[in-house]
Amino acid sequence: MEKIAIVGTAQTKYERRKKDQTYYDMVYEVTTAALSDAGLTLADIDNVITVSNDFFDGRTISSMAVGEAAGAHDKNISTVEGDGTFGAFYGAMRVWGGYRSTLVVAHSKGSEGNSKFISNAMFDPIYHRPLGLDAISSAALQANAYMTRYGITEEQCALVSVKNHGNAKKNPYAQLPLDLTVDDVMRSPKIADPLKRLDCSPVSDGAAAIIIGNEEIVRKAKSKPVWIKGVAHCAEEYFLGDRDLANPKALRDAAQRAYLMAGIVNPRNEIDVAEIYDAFSYMEPLWLEGLGMCEPGAGGVLTESGATGMHGDLPVNPSGGVLSAHAVLVAGLARLIESSLQVRGEAGSHQIDGVKTALAHGINGACGQSHCVWILGAE
Amino acid sequence: MARRVAIIGTGQTHHRSRRLDVNGREMIHEAVTRALADCELTMRDIDAIVIGNMDHFEAINAVDTWSVEGSGGVMKPIMKVTTGGTTGTSVAIAAYYHVASGMFDRVLAIGWEKNSESDTTGAIVTCSDPIWDRYSYSGAIPSLATEASAYMEKFGATQRDAARVALRERTHAQNNPYAHMHGRPLTLDEILDSPMLAYPIKLGDICPRTDGAAAVVFAAEGVAEKLAPRPAWVKANSVRHTNTWFGDVDQRTGLESLERASREAYAAAGIKNPAEDFDVAELYLPYSYAGLKWIEALGFCPPGGGPQFIWDGHTDMGGKISVNPSGGVMSTNCIGATALLRVAEAAIQVMGKGEARQVPDVKTALATGFGGCWWSDVFILGKDKPA
Repeated sequence: MEKIAIVGTAQTKYERRKKDQTYYDMVYEVTTAALSDAGLTLADIDNVITVSNDFFDGRTISSMAVGEAAGAHDKNISTVEGDGTFGAFYGAMRVWGGYRSTLVVAHSKGSEGNSKFISNAMFDPIYHRPLGLDAISSAALQANAYMTRYGITEEQCALVSVKNHGNAKKNPYAQLPLDLTVDDVMRSPKIADPLKRLDCSPVSDGAAAIIIGNEEIVRKAKSKPVWIKGVAHCAEEYFLGDRDLANPKALRDAAQRAYLMAGIVNPRNEIDVAEIYDAFSYMEPLWLEGLGMCEPGAGGVLTESGATGMHGDLPVNPSGGVLSAHAVLVAGLARLIESSLQVRGEAGSHQIDGVKTALAHGINGACGQSHCVWILGAE
Repeated sequence: MARRVAIIGTGQTHHRSRRLDVNGREMIHEAVTRALADCELTMRDIDAIVIGNMDHFEAINAVDTWSVEGSGGVMKPIMKVTTGGTTGTSVAIAAYYHVASGMFDRVLAIGWEKNSESDTTGAIVTCSDPIWDRYSYSGAIPSLATEASAYMEKFGATQRDAARVALRERTHAQNNPYAHMHGRPLTLDEILDSPMLAYPIKLGDICPRTDGAAAVVFAAEGVAEKLAPRPAWVKANSVRHTNTWFGDVDQRTGLESLERASREAYAAAGIKNPAEDFDVAELYLPYSYAGLKWIEALGFCPPGGGPQFIWDGHTDMGGKISVNPSGGVMSTNCIGATALLRVAEAAIQVMGKGEARQVPDVKTALATGFGGCWWSDVFILGKDKPA
């Protein structure tokens, strides 16, 4: 397969409410910023993938609001509804499939919707919606399943929150840079047992964009290329009751195929930094298990050991992660962007030394029903 | 370098106003099962899935993950692609790139809609900007009525010309057992006498709301030839989703998005004289006046030549370029599936599986999608492997 790379990235600052910007404005901001980061112009962009969700935008055909702002007026364009990592995967396939370059841009404004109603609409309308299931209550079920199975403690999960909000202090784009202790997390208001407020990601507004190019575009771009080494996605069963919520088997499958494509045999040793979708604190250790970074059930101890901290042997979410900014759909693309910045050595004060290989991860559906895993490299 | 890609199987439901006997996932499963049977594969053979519909019709968020037991996506890669009316062609094009990229060998494309569960216009009006367009100029019919009026004013086309298009679609649908309007023929007078919805569009001029699903199997070169005796090769595809604002569309000119998308696709597929080079076209014509005007954008005839071209019978079965042997969108409109049905029906024609609606000896077929803010997609299929 042809070598392709991420040659430009951009993010807005993530905020609770961007009163001064529409979706259109945010998309325009990151589109122009990504072009500028790559040192390219719109003429170098062959095609565009936008990422949006009709429920979050309160608009049917939500892509209609942003095509022009993404510079797609007279270009081939399509729209993925799902996490930005999935949109980026389609963008990559279009470069492998013949285009020189794809611009991928995602936006969402949590401030303009009601995420309880919107995430409730993911569930079966007859059997599950009336129960009040939403993103948070279903995550609470998963957290309980995970803790019960392996004896993971609330304190271990709280440590993830302390670590990631602390990392966010070094990321100028993050929404929630916080100095926390485990005690602060444990004493924060209970949202849905065992999840407390500081175990949960915030509601955010934001947008992000990347440019993926072939070798011709890489030569033309002024930025340092971040090569796409491996990517794969996979979904498991729909009904929560049909799933083993403590065993992320779709993630395991996606990770194995991404590793195979990238030639990675031992992910724990070969991956220098990981940006993963920690919408809730317990998700970070659970996804690390699914990614094969430790044995099933060992995610809590892994966090306690400090291995996932800024100075550990596997730094996870040095950007502050999704816990520190959660613009839905955008958040996975942000993981990809943060991994790219790490590989470029341009992550500023949250840069990890000597990153050659980075992992980025995004999810779709309730409790990570569907996962997308990316491996990026400097070579 | 892109791999060559072909369609090797298609499946669709028997489309109806109201499928009370199945839920959405079961309806999707019907189409998927038929598509797999058509190319003698099982779900195990499918490497990845692309699915699309319009969220607000059924009010189901995250249809990719919701659908998996119906679409076959359990422990498989599945992705949702949604672009409004063009969703079906967007799904087909996404499936094409899944294979062309080299990432997957056999990919299933699914489009579906259960319009009986929706307030269709209530959902569609929300596509427009909430401040400027939504309360003044939105929904499907008003902007189509504007286009039709402008076309009549410019070229002297009549309601009778449009009714002739509607007659063709409804007549062709009688050959297609899957069509929503199968078994319900209309005469020219009945179309002309049907109730006025928004001048000059009458009930007989417009598409229905349909419950239905479509599925199409795409395969890579080297795989496709082994699985299908006569695969339908993808020769080109092109997309122009030109506008964001309804007020920016100039209805006095040709359909710009279709002109641009078709010219790009024709160049890629080596089409020089579309009315001669295509043997059949499955066009996304949501209402009758599009059947006059948009064939001009496609270059079948010069601007203003649409009515004469239609009355001369060139687009009828057995004409120069048979248009919509399936009965088209005006005979079946399960919105997320509608444009994928155009691709599926074009593939059926190339594969020679059209039975009563088959056009003889199809070598090259055109499919289009339409939607959003006057957007167009073009998809070209052929019997011969592309160069």
